[in-house]
Amino acid sequence: MVDDLHALRAELARDPESLVFLRLGEMLRVAGEPDAAARVTLDGLHRHPHLADAHDLYARILADVGDLERAGDEWSTALSLAPRHGGAHKGLGFLAFRQRDFEAALEHLELALASDPSDPTVVQALHTVRQAFEDRMAAPPASASIGAARQAFGGLEGAEDGLLLVDPQGLVMAGRIAVGGVDQGEIVAAYLAGASQEAARTARLIGLGDWTAILAEGPAGHVHIAPPTPAALLLVRRDRSVPPGRLQIVAERAADAARSWLEEAAR
Amino acid sequence: MSSAAYRRVIEAITRVRGVRGAMLVAAADGLIVADALMEGIRGNAVAALAASLVKRVGNASEASGVGRPHFVQLRGTEGMLLTLPTGEELLLVAVADPDVNVGLVRLEMLRAAEGLA
Repeated sequence: MVDDLHALRAELARDPESLVFLRLGEMLRVAGEPDAAARVTLDGLHRHPHLADAHDLYARILADVGDLERAGDEWSTALSLAPRHGGAHKGLGFLAFRQRDFEAALEHLELALASDPSDPTVVQALHTVRQAFEDRMAAPPASASIGAARQAFGGLEGAEDGLLLVDPQGLVMAGRIAVGGVDQGEIVAAYLAGASQEAARTARLIGLGDWTAILAEGPAGHVHIAPPTPAALLLVRRDRSVPPGRLQIVAERAADAARSWLEEAAR
Repeated sequence: MSSAAYRRVIEAITRVRGVRGAMLVAAADGLIVADALMEGIRGNAVAALAASLVKRVGNASEASGVGRPHFVQLRGTEGMLLTLPTGEELLLVAVADPDVNVGLVRLEMLRAAEGLA
């Protein structure tokens, strides 16, 4: 191993433009030298900024040291350069699973498997995520959420249906979204798991600053999604009789109420 | 439709004051079909991230009972991303300043979508 490292360093010193930095960076990462691995990889990225493999390697180094947010940025960049990059899909699948965003995790892992059907770690991860996803869907809805909604949004328009407060893991904290009289809050919350991180990453990488809201207009109504606090996501749904501008006002009031409720709950 | 024709259609969106760029993206994989972007906008990143975000928001909207969205905005402190699906496969995407006239951009995007149909 030491000899290999010396040989790779020597090769890179001879030809700094060489792609051998990928092997050297990976070897240092595996050897438990993240700082050295990051230096080599960043130098390589400086010379080859459009190399998806280099962004993937740097993402894995960042993930090793626990900087998952920047790791996600690097994997997203890798995918923007090579949309079928198996390593990046695997990494983002891992991040999505940690955020309990099982749907996104499944999608990324299936794409990773398509890229390398022989990777046993992806097969195992897919099995784990599918099981977790099935368990969540089979779970009964949280009956406490309506009572919590009354406390969180009491007095607001649509306090008992059409407002949903979820945590970053996609669990309902308060509120209810009923469709045909059946509460869909748990399912909606599951889809929203990781949405905040994805919106933040998208806004950051595109140059939009900090994300403040998502507004989606559908054939039967609109939804407004916003983070009242960094650790929560609020979805407000209204039918088409409420124009998007009015929905935004309703959402801002609901966000104020949610913030107060969360602060109260934290005391 | 040729790439030049696609580009002509989406360029109309970029004429709205405050629009930094517009593009047509394959919804399934986030690849650029045509673009008209200002210098400094990372087209590949915009395309990939917009397609992914729209998919996620679409799932949440459908589960909420409002159906698959026909217009999605991501608002940020320094700008916004506007998307409008055109049929099953394509997504019109615009990146704009935070104080842009959203109604006007939306209108131009709807016109562009008609031009692509």
